[in-house]
Amino acid sequence: MPERIIVPFGPQHPVLPEPIHLDLVLEDEKVVEAIPSIGYIHRGLEQLVQKREYTEYVYVAERICGICSFIHALCYSQGVEHIMDIEVPDRARYLRTIWSECSRLHSHLLWLGLFADSMGFENLFMRSWQLRESVLDVLEDTTGGRVIQGTCKVGGVRRDIGQEKLDEMHRELDPFEQKCRDLGDVFLNDETVKYRLQGLGIVGKDEAYALGAVGPTARASGVPVDIRETGYAAYGDIGFKPVVETAGDCYARCAVRVKEVYASIDIIRRAIEEMPEGPIDVKVKGTPDGEYFSRAEQPRGEVVHYLRGDGSKHLARARIRTPTLANIPMLVKMLPGAQLADVPVVVLSIDPCISCTER
Amino acid sequence: MTVKEEQTSIDVALENLLREVEGLHDDGYRLVQIGCTDIGGAYEINYSFDKGYQFKNLRLTAGPETEVPSISGIYWGAFVYENEMHDLFGIPVTGINIDFKGTFIKTAEKYPFSVTRRGGDRCRNV
Repeated sequence: MPERIIVPFGPQHPVLPEPIHLDLVLEDEKVVEAIPSIGYIHRGLEQLVQKREYTEYVYVAERICGICSFIHALCYSQGVEHIMDIEVPDRARYLRTIWSECSRLHSHLLWLGLFADSMGFENLFMRSWQLRESVLDVLEDTTGGRVIQGTCKVGGVRRDIGQEKLDEMHRELDPFEQKCRDLGDVFLNDETVKYRLQGLGIVGKDEAYALGAVGPTARASGVPVDIRETGYAAYGDIGFKPVVETAGDCYARCAVRVKEVYASIDIIRRAIEEMPEGPIDVKVKGTPDGEYFSRAEQPRGEVVHYLRGDGSKHLARARIRTPTLANIPMLVKMLPGAQLADVPVVVLSIDPCISCTER
Repeated sequence: MTVKEEQTSIDVALENLLREVEGLHDDGYRLVQIGCTDIGGAYEINYSFDKGYQFKNLRLTAGPETEVPSISGIYWGAFVYENEMHDLFGIPVTGINIDFKGTFIKTAEKYPFSVTRRGGDRCRNV
């Protein structure tokens, strides 16, 4: 039997934007076991819920992560709204959907760039981030913030998008989609990309389901789990079908995200076309007394905000289960069998968001 | 339209935990999360499952010194949540398939959310 050595991977590594550590047990260049550890930047944001009023904690929830920011705020707000039996106006639900999908778009384009970078495909990296900039510009125009929007609140949203801006966004969607499809064609059809990704880090459907995988990581293995199907925000009105691939390898995880970019553009288009008139928020009275497991679909998968109120202005408990934490067991199963040089690509293929995980 | 997702919570005794979890596993439920809540000197541990967007929750109440059996023999991926239970709350979990023995989440303060702030570590599975 070849000699086994342990190679530390991270927490500082050129391919990792955030710190996660893996002890890689190698036989020659082949990974036989991977042991993850986290906690380098754990912030204890869950405990802050006991020191901030339940309406103020939306700001904290949004700052759990700079990429999934809006959807954290949305998930928290809809949890409190459920406990307090607040009916959010229709226009607010549609606006929440648009901003959620803009978040997914810029997150996926960010990831596609990082993924291209991990493969050494620098032009593709730059093109992905160039397209991401135009999404951030829309977020800045409509909310005032590129990554932290601050528009979601308990009872609705803080800002409206005027009809003129909605029309402008609608007009720009077609050319933007074409640019994304041109970009996606390279990820999906380029021979070097396929050669690098196909057959790498395979996890099958049954195993992915048993491991509790979520998001594109699960859907790339054929598990059709997408919390948007429950119909929160305006997804129930607009209609939605998850993007599913079956190969379960790095290429499939990339393909799911590429196709979700197209799907998000379509959802934004339909949300603009069907945008109802009316108020964007309701007045919130009282304090939350009860509990709820609020769920939403982040770019990386299902996020759970467990909220419990005791009738005071502070919630008694917020427990946030982020998608990356749920996908770590998948990562541990993906890595054995991979070559050391492929580890960065396999690790990135779950789109690890350590900021969320270290909430 | 606000989604009124039906969520079921069932109280479960410590001795029945593994049997109940095994039943959900056999019924095809996916493990969503395990989370702890301080309920004044004790913990409420929620084991959450989902099948076709039907959310089901097993609720266990445990004292700070109570040893909780690991469900990682049934749901392999449960080790992340169980190591988190130990590292953040100091709950001793026995029989975890990948036991980091307190090093999964590297916090500056040991057991930052513990109700008793115990200094010792009983989560030493051999």
